[in-house]
Amino acid sequence: MKRYEMIIVGAGPAGLSAAIEAAALGMDVAVFDENARPGGQLFKQIHKFFGSKEHHAKERGFRIGEDLLKQAEETGVHVFLNATVMGIYDEKEVMVKMDGQVVHYKADTVIIATGAAENMIPFKGWDTPGVIGAGAAQALMNLQGVMPGKRVLMVGSGNVGLVVSFQLLQAGCEVAAVIDAAPRIGGYGVHASKVARTGVPFMTRHTVVEALGTDRVEGAVIAEVDSHFQPIPGTEKTLDVDTICIAVGLSPMSQLADSAGCQMEFAPRRGGNVPVVDEFGETSVRGVYCAGDVAGIEEASSAMLLGRISAAHAAVSLGYLDQESFDQRVSSYHASLGQLREGMFAPQNRGRTDITQTDEGFAISQSLLAHGYVTEEELKAFPAAATGKKGIHPVIECTQNIPCDPCQDACKFGCIKVGSNITKLPVVDPDHTCSGCGMCVACCSGQAIFLVDETYEPGFATVGIPYEFVPYPEPGSKGTALDRSGAPVCEAEVISCKAARAMDKTALLTMKVPVEFASTARFYQA
Amino acid sequence: MSKMIRTAPTTAFQEMPDDNMIICRCEEITKGEIRRAVYDGFRTTNEVKRWLRCGMGLCQGQTCQRNFQNIIARELGIPVAELGIITGRCPVRPVEIQTFADEVVNAEEA
Repeated sequence: MKRYEMIIVGAGPAGLSAAIEAAALGMDVAVFDENARPGGQLFKQIHKFFGSKEHHAKERGFRIGEDLLKQAEETGVHVFLNATVMGIYDEKEVMVKMDGQVVHYKADTVIIATGAAENMIPFKGWDTPGVIGAGAAQALMNLQGVMPGKRVLMVGSGNVGLVVSFQLLQAGCEVAAVIDAAPRIGGYGVHASKVARTGVPFMTRHTVVEALGTDRVEGAVIAEVDSHFQPIPGTEKTLDVDTICIAVGLSPMSQLADSAGCQMEFAPRRGGNVPVVDEFGETSVRGVYCAGDVAGIEEASSAMLLGRISAAHAAVSLGYLDQESFDQRVSSYHASLGQLREGMFAPQNRGRTDITQTDEGFAISQSLLAHGYVTEEELKAFPAAATGKKGIHPVIECTQNIPCDPCQDACKFGCIKVGSNITKLPVVDPDHTCSGCGMCVACCSGQAIFLVDETYEPGFATVGIPYEFVPYPEPGSKGTALDRSGAPVCEAEVISCKAARAMDKTALLTMKVPVEFASTARFYQA
Repeated sequence: MSKMIRTAPTTAFQEMPDDNMIICRCEEITKGEIRRAVYDGFRTTNEVKRWLRCGMGLCQGQTCQRNFQNIIARELGIPVAELGIITGRCPVRPVEIQTFADEVVNAEEA
């Protein structure tokens, strides 16, 4: 039986990172993935990632996938595609379906990095064509170039629901509403805000009760829910949509771990049935590891670190790494992981509703949690969002502690500071001059930085906004400025739409508006 | 393996308006069938699965397990964690019998 020193199941962010780590240390590594393309979910991710530079922040997900594949190739990892691992037996015998055959391999160590699958919620008509998972919508749009529908209802306001809603808008779909049964929006406020300012309404405490139509979705009935998440009769509303997109969380694909004899547990905070793992991802079966979403739902940046940690542990157990180097290496990975697990959206804070202030002591916007945007009044608590200065200057509407810091490297004059704790809110240094280059606007993965100049012309201000919709409007074209809620506020004239290569396709759209709208106009509608 | 407590429902089965809603799409098992199974004496995830085949189709329970567990738990008034989970077994993915029969134990070098 062909033996590898490490067999990895799944070529997503965790699996590929583990493979690169182990192969770079000299191990003979094979990765099996059931899909025709490697990368897991990374190639569907066209948005810029959060974190700091070491977590690939401000890089788009699919580029991170390309980097990982290149590194895997360079380090000599054997990647097998269309290769489905069907079972893991005693003594790490791995059974793979490939090329129309069932092939058996042996491994010294196994890393299960099978990821997770989307949850579905049953409601009347949920099996009608047109009810799809948010991941399916992403696959259609971002891999196949197909619009999933014309008018979409998004069910679920976690980061997946928010990110996919924005991508639907980018693809040219209308998003009729984003609803969530919870009393507050589940994902990052900045993700919600970039959807809200285009005019998409958010409805918390709402659920979908029926998909209308027989052969395909022809509408959706939604209703308000009570405190037990039960629909309240009489509150039903019908939305004219042709697609219902479900983004209500993920469940780990942990069956392989179960089949390998790993001790399992039901842990709702980690997404359901998960293997019991230690700090290195090792399961109750020695030498069998679980890394990434399969061991507990997080996100791709954490998965990449978890993969590396498990691989390093496997390497030290096989003698490819001495204990001292291992300790050094893994303590830096754990520190990096710790940065991602800070802030109000950290795994340990999941479901908490008692966080009312930022680490800095500013009141967290209630409007942001309920409607997806911060009100002008609430923004006054945040010094970085202040307007009313002379000349062009950044206005940073970043109001929640999330692990992210690309803005502080963006300004070559050092105008923006976050510090080493990357969940801190950015601070604008008032003594620095702003050249208006727009790099901070483009670097902010949350699209929360604007460039405002209230002294542009007598009576007129310019507002520079992050803009990721094609075609870019021509300078001189006129449209409508929308406020943070997506409501029209005034006429706007496009002064420029700058998209330098370093801005990686987040353009700086500068629009001219009457000066009294300098602190309200936040989106441009052609 | 922890000891499974098989709680019995305290009331008689009553039909509900959404009983014809499909829960397991692969095997086309309805909410009503799952609810009725609980009253017919099947009280854990694996028992209901074996009786009705929900969770034994193409998705192997990845999509439906959570949903039919919720239905069982609600009927019995107990937490989902007490129902146990579908046992993960090889093959964890559907495979054609022809492929399954074509077994290669000594693979060539990659």
